[in-house]
Amino acid sequence: MNLSEFLITPRDISRRTGPKDKIVISSRIRLARNIRSIPFPGWAKKPDRLKAAQLIRPAVESLAELKDCFSESMDNLPSLDKQLLVERHLISREHAAKGVGSAMALNKDETLCVMVNEEDHIRMQALRPGLQLNDVWQTINQADTHLESKLDYAFTHEWGFLTACPTNLGTGIRVSAMLHLPGLVLAEQINQIIQSVNKLGLAVRGLYGEGTEALGNVFQVSNQMTLGETEEAIIERLNKVLAQIIEHEENARIRLLEKKPKVLLNHIGRAFGTLANSHIISSKETMNLLSLLKLGMDLGLFPGVDRSIVDELFLVTQPAHLQKASAGKLGADERDLRRADMLRERLAGVSRPLDSISDESSSNTKE
Amino acid sequence: MLCGLCKQKNATVHLTQIAGEKMQKVDLCEDCAKEKGVDDPAGFSLADMLLGLGASQEMEEASGNSDVACPNCGFTQADFKKTGRLGCSECYETFAEGLEALLKSMHKGTRHVGKVPAGLRRTQDLQLRLNQLQSQLDKAVAEENFEQAAVLRDEMKKARTDLEECGKE
Ligand SMILES: [Zn+2]
Ligand SMILES: [Zn+2]
Repeated sequence: MNLSEFLITPRDISRRTGPKDKIVISSRIRLARNIRSIPFPGWAKKPDRLKAAQLIRPAVESLAELKDCFSESMDNLPSLDKQLLVERHLISREHAAKGVGSAMALNKDETLCVMVNEEDHIRMQALRPGLQLNDVWQTINQADTHLESKLDYAFTHEWGFLTACPTNLGTGIRVSAMLHLPGLVLAEQINQIIQSVNKLGLAVRGLYGEGTEALGNVFQVSNQMTLGETEEAIIERLNKVLAQIIEHEENARIRLLEKKPKVLLNHIGRAFGTLANSHIISSKETMNLLSLLKLGMDLGLFPGVDRSIVDELFLVTQPAHLQKASAGKLGADERDLRRADMLRERLAGVSRPLDSISDESSSNTKE
Repeated sequence: MLCGLCKQKNATVHLTQIAGEKMQKVDLCEDCAKEKGVDDPAGFSLADMLLGLGASQEMEEASGNSDVACPNCGFTQADFKKTGRLGCSECYETFAEGLEALLKSMHKGTRHVGKVPAGLRRTQDLQLRLNQLQSQLDKAVAEENFEQAAVLRDEMKKARTDLEECGKE
């Protein structure tokens, strides 16, 4: 089956909602598992990688959780398709670079994805929109329990699930949330937040862009330690910290509204102006301006406009999605033209933002 | 400042993370940052990267002999130094001693307390655990560490009960 036909349309995927989704874009949990005695993928020779895949793929495909899934070996996927999956955060960039012996399986809802022979034999992840780590854990835990009855996992009572890298040893879990934090960035409080979260043993980083740069004001918070703590304790710790970050972001937005409404209106108005009228625009500029547009929608400056339009634009202006929509490979320059065309076209029906922020808006910042 | 990885290009990406009480810092050039997946949320962990940057020395010092190879997959400590990854599940047993120190520096604890797969070959694992506990107990008794010995006896008792239950299934 063709991946493009299988994938949910950007429009439908952007219309999904979840708790606290003004700030929390998505919740995600990944588990790392391996098969006993077969060398880990990075060290295995080709026959062993194939052997692992032959054991794992049928077991994965037989999971009720993956009924009617899209299952394919990585060497059979065109690079543009792999890139689509990366842009949807369904597979890692490393996995997209894999070929013979590696595979992936994705369920129909795009809420559960299994990578075979990534860094570990099995990397499975569940994801949902908004803040719902507990539900995500339930999904992935159940799938893992079913899979474990079909496979001989590498596990010891002392060290838990054995992983290729000792940093993942034990639970093999990485719990994370993707956050949209324009308020904290505009209020210049973000570094302070990052530092205090780091002190709690959690990692925070920009999701797009390199190093400390955070394009689109999107950040990811995740656990670093996997051994010596239960899955539930790790999730609980993350939930607590996320609740605090959400509160700080809400407060930052309220303070900006009160103290610097003109600055805020200026940012949002200019972002709309540029996005709706450009003829050449980079992916970087697009992400940063869409973040401001989204903030404007959250603040009620675009009455009657469905906020999902911004989430959709965020996805369809990424390189692979853009190329899929224009049915063919495009160079970077061509992409900048096509991206601008798409933005002008989609935003043509959206009226310019309101000239002032109503009282209602400030009450809108909290859900 | 030079990139900590290739040691050739200028470092432009600076990362700091605090895990537990340990602060970890790494400076990378743009290319290495990209290659290490610093821009990829699913794949990146600073602790990972540090493994390749010398944490494996801890392992080397702890186990002394660097000629040891994993009997199952042939992996050696030199390989660990190069990749920061192990070769197979049995490597954990082969390099157990050195790993212990490494794990202490990167995790909350050095014992797994999370999910235990129900359908796993528990009998085998429990037997292994009993053997380990027995040797730890012998050591504790020899060192006259009676508090520790009492804890270990309790753990062994529990492991024996678990083992009996496994046999019944
Ligand atoms: Zn470098
Ligand atoms: Zn080995």
